[in-house]
Amino acid sequence: MTDFIRRRPIVAAIVAFLALVILLGSFPIVPETKQAVVVRFGKPVRILNRYQPGRPIGSPGAGISFRIPFAEQLVWIDKRVQDVDMQRQQVISTDQRRLEVDAFARYRIVDPLLMYIRAGNEQQLTDQLRPILGSEVRNELGRIEFASLLTPERQGIMEDVRTSLNRIARQYGVQIIDVRIKRTDLPDGTPLAAAFDRMRTAREQEARSIRAQGAKQAQIIRAEADAEAAQTYAASFGKDPDFYDFYRAMQSYQTTFIGDGQDKPAPTTFILSPQNDYLKEFSGRPR
Amino acid sequence: MGMSNFLGWGSRVRGLFADTKGPWGTSGSDGGGDPPTGDGGGQGSGPWGEPPKRGRRPTVVGGSNVTALDELLRRSRARFGGGGGGRFPPRPDRSLILWAVLAFILIWLVFTSFHSISPGQRGVVTRFGRYSYTLGPGVGFTLPSPVDRVKKIDVENIRTVDLGSAGADDLMLTGDQNLLDLAYSVRWNIRTPELYLFQMAQPDETIREVAESAMRSVVSRVSLNDAMGDKRADIEAQVAETMQRILDSYHSGIQVQGIAIKQADPPDAVNDAFKQVTAAQQDAQTYINNANAYALQLRQKAQGEATAFDKVYVQYKAAPEVTRRRMYYETMEQVLSKVDKTIVETPGGVTPYLPLPQVQKSVPQQQERQQ
Repeated sequence: MTDFIRRRPIVAAIVAFLALVILLGSFPIVPETKQAVVVRFGKPVRILNRYQPGRPIGSPGAGISFRIPFAEQLVWIDKRVQDVDMQRQQVISTDQRRLEVDAFARYRIVDPLLMYIRAGNEQQLTDQLRPILGSEVRNELGRIEFASLLTPERQGIMEDVRTSLNRIARQYGVQIIDVRIKRTDLPDGTPLAAAFDRMRTAREQEARSIRAQGAKQAQIIRAEADAEAAQTYAASFGKDPDFYDFYRAMQSYQTTFIGDGQDKPAPTTFILSPQNDYLKEFSGRPR
Repeated sequence: MGMSNFLGWGSRVRGLFADTKGPWGTSGSDGGGDPPTGDGGGQGSGPWGEPPKRGRRPTVVGGSNVTALDELLRRSRARFGGGGGGRFPPRPDRSLILWAVLAFILIWLVFTSFHSISPGQRGVVTRFGRYSYTLGPGVGFTLPSPVDRVKKIDVENIRTVDLGSAGADDLMLTGDQNLLDLAYSVRWNIRTPELYLFQMAQPDETIREVAESAMRSVVSRVSLNDAMGDKRADIEAQVAETMQRILDSYHSGIQVQGIAIKQADPPDAVNDAFKQVTAAQQDAQTYINNANAYALQLRQKAQGEATAFDKVYVQYKAAPEVTRRRMYYETMEQVLSKVDKTIVETPGGVTPYLPLPQVQKSVPQQQERQQ
């Protein structure tokens, strides 16, 4: 043995390398995140680290494993929760309004064997799931009115989508965990412009109504003040209307002919008759 | 590749034998960086000098009578000189390789068995790929590398994901079918590192999608004014709760710390109309303020005048006739002292054609004033 190594070191190294490769290949390490289908000459024979619901992480399954070198191939399949994104769909509600919907589904491959047989690999699986998700979402959402379309979660509609999608996905060994609406948007163009118009007019209406309310309140305040002032005047002046008449006349003369201290009144020329009451003493006639 | 490894191991082995120096002291710095000339390092404390002499002593003693320096030079050349160098003197090198391998394994064991986990981290240990346990902060011990592997996960660090932006294509529909331009961020950290590692295929992407889904579903239940106004805190709380529920249903190991709405505005296209509302509110407030000022003024005036009248009236009541005449004369005095006066004594009144200079004079003045 040692002689052989000494004489043919290169051959020995190659042999040792091959032996190592075979040894390592016979004990594949299955990580927690993967499951593997063992295929012997094209025929799936067993599954490594298969997902089982309710089993905590670290349960037997993952870890070091065994396969027959060369004869058995491993097909790796993801064990984790994955997502498939739906392409944007235009959904038409029962009242003929349009909405663009983006949805996603989360799934897990629970039967790797079935998935391997029916879909082949994960890329093909998502390629097949995506249109199904789209059509299911469109079908279910097309059955309701626009207003409920905005909040499909509340109506349990997404649960219906999940159930029907799950029914189909199970044929691929896939379990749909949930389906959610990511976004619901009004389509560009007329519907969006119409929504903007509606918002704009609604705001204009609100603005106008706010102004009108302000004006109304202002008017009420003024009227109340007027009324209160009138009441104050009446309470005071009503005690002697005759004297008030005289008193107010005196004030009025002063304001009219002298001014109230702010504006100078227009110049006035008085043409008085001596018979005027004010001048009655002027003539010196006896009383 | 093979050569550099060889150099590295060799130096480490020699480092181990250099008992006067720390195992990592000189050998680490020499590591394969020095050119193996041998000339400079022949004597004393040079990097290749002492350790090989000691380490090699048992094998060298019987075989050769050359000086230690020559021996060293020869071996150095043979070892490092070229591709075929290793084959010519096979005997000393075999034990060197053995020591190198041993040392490498030792270092490997030490480096892959002890793990220093900082306070914010957890170390998720997998044994041959299978989850084994999680290391807490501090120094953790595991089996060496091919068996146990440790993935350090930062759990305390709160990450922030920004969503939504100032783009017209990112509008949300509110419950009253208006559009809202919303920007918000999600703060999250990892609660259970092993779940985070092994359950979700794309955890970060999942957080974004779940956040968007939750936010849109919550916003689609409130009106535009609520979303822009004082319901923000409610929305944030609801979104955080919804997100947490969804993420828990995936067993994602993610903890949502909070949602912060950074901006909730009407879309740019209708922003002007919203500004008009604000302007209208200010206008309305102006109307009301003006009315209040008027009301205040009027009340004060009324009270003032009424009080003045009351005061005078009290005096008048005491002596009605005298007070009346006095007020009359005082007023007349004041009035007539300030104006032009003409007293005409005609029994039949003033003749219409009589030219009145004073009257004529005052007319143009009056017109001037009006202009």
